[in-house]
Amino acid sequence: MKILVCITHVPDTTSRIAFTENNTKFDSNGIQYIIGPYDDYALARAVELKEETGGSITVLNVGTQETEPTIRKALAIGADEAIRVNAEPVDSFFVAKQIAAVAGEGQYDMILMGRESIDFNGGMVHGMVGELLGIPSLSPVMTLELDGNQATMTREIEGGKETLQLNTPFVAGCQEPIAEWKIPNMRGIMSARTKPLNVIEPAEDGTATKLEKFELPPAKGDVKMIDADNVGELVQLLKNEAKVL
Amino acid sequence: MAILVFVESAEGKIKKSSLEAVGFAAAMEGDVTAIALGSEVDESELSSLGNYGASKVLHQSDERLNKGVIQAYSSVIAAAMESENADILVLANSALGNPVSARVAIKTDASLVSNVTELPDTSGEFTVKRSIYTGKAFATVSLTKTRKILAIKKNAIELKETGGSASVESFDSPLNDADFAASITSTDKTTGEILLPEAEIVVSGGRGLKGPENWGMIEDLAKELGAATGCSKPVSDMGWRPHHEHVGQTGVKVSPQLYVAIGISGAIQHLAGVNSSKNILVINKDPEAPFFKAADYGIVGDAFEVVPKLTEAIKAAK
Repeated sequence: MKILVCITHVPDTTSRIAFTENNTKFDSNGIQYIIGPYDDYALARAVELKEETGGSITVLNVGTQETEPTIRKALAIGADEAIRVNAEPVDSFFVAKQIAAVAGEGQYDMILMGRESIDFNGGMVHGMVGELLGIPSLSPVMTLELDGNQATMTREIEGGKETLQLNTPFVAGCQEPIAEWKIPNMRGIMSARTKPLNVIEPAEDGTATKLEKFELPPAKGDVKMIDADNVGELVQLLKNEAKVL
Repeated sequence: MAILVFVESAEGKIKKSSLEAVGFAAAMEGDVTAIALGSEVDESELSSLGNYGASKVLHQSDERLNKGVIQAYSSVIAAAMESENADILVLANSALGNPVSARVAIKTDASLVSNVTELPDTSGEFTVKRSIYTGKAFATVSLTKTRKILAIKKNAIELKETGGSASVESFDSPLNDADFAASITSTDKTTGEILLPEAEIVVSGGRGLKGPENWGMIEDLAKELGAATGCSKPVSDMGWRPHHEHVGQTGVKVSPQLYVAIGISGAIQHLAGVNSSKNILVINKDPEAPFFKAADYGIVGDAFEVVPKLTEAIKAAK
């Protein structure tokens, strides 16, 4: 089983978001970068599947050199080799084209990634890759089991879930509870240093969107505290001020 | 300008978020055609889309489309864009809409933006505002391709009724086996309940509730408010509530008119899922709970005492 796991390099979920250069650049000052939490679920499930059925895991990131510590972490968690497409991940369309180009070369049985990146939250790349390669794409996938080349998955739908069956190859956008996040152990960290990390140039250019500017939401007003013995006052506020009742 | 709107239904009814998508397209002053798939949606529901601004509704009433088959849906929608000469597709952000629209974007060579929060600005380049960093910021982006797809965040616009009625036409785009390569073998779904991502009001409980047996008071309050119920990540991780109720960074992101958080401390990952709510009410016995800083209304008190009293007070105020 050859598995391609695509990861994003994103600010830690506790990051305070700010922008610089006249609100056109993300302010990375003091930011800790991590493997996207959803991508981390995909990677963890890939490692489990490799333990069950054998095979290999290639981790792929579209990013500049600064993403390499994040890629090394994925290698420490259990990927066998890594590919970095040396380019800014400008938009979903651009990233999907890079992934499809790598996937087209590699004969992967499955391509796993997170349901969305936690910076732009597009939730689009898996579907675009599936369509570019002409194979099924499913998201958000909550469980993934394999029996030979047949996969059984559950996909979250609004108000529940559905079970699907399909054959490899496919693309899946993963989310919990597909697997528990894995923390790299010392042996993994040591071996990650010598695992291959191949840097390739972007295969194809082309974007579909252009960023104009960023902005932060307006500051939140102060909270109105209501006494626990006076829920009637709260009901009046919800009715007359918030106008939600 | 021809605009196609993909509408979803649940239990025969068009989803509110899809009505918003129709309203959004109408507000763009386009000629709005909606498309609905599957045989389970009521015909009267389809013609009533005119009330929100659609002039025509295409209906592919193929029962293989009663379930949300991602590849088949994207094939039909791309074909409809072609046949209607629609350069713009509008749909609601959803667990089905997003993966479908990604494939349509490749099929039709369109620019695609999700989580759209405002009407586009078409005075110069075609730009839209979208939420990013899980609601912690916004970006304005321009869509550079001729064809454009906008996936609208829920509750992004207010619904307006126009009193119009739409003509319904059957649509029959051919489908092949590859469109059904991923076969849905079963569906496990709550019925008769308000769907969490669609809800105007959400009542969520956290670890402060102490156990799943205490969810009755959350459900009572939700029922009184006409709300959906949600929960925090630990509650879903411990199996007290199903995963589709988990609100937060790695769960469902909601944007209701009112979010009520009961016994939830307000970790930044939970706030990421609720920060687009119009109003937030926090009930927590810990006055230092970080959630109060993100709230509009707060009560410091024991949920087991406050929540039943609040439910009674809401009932009395009706």
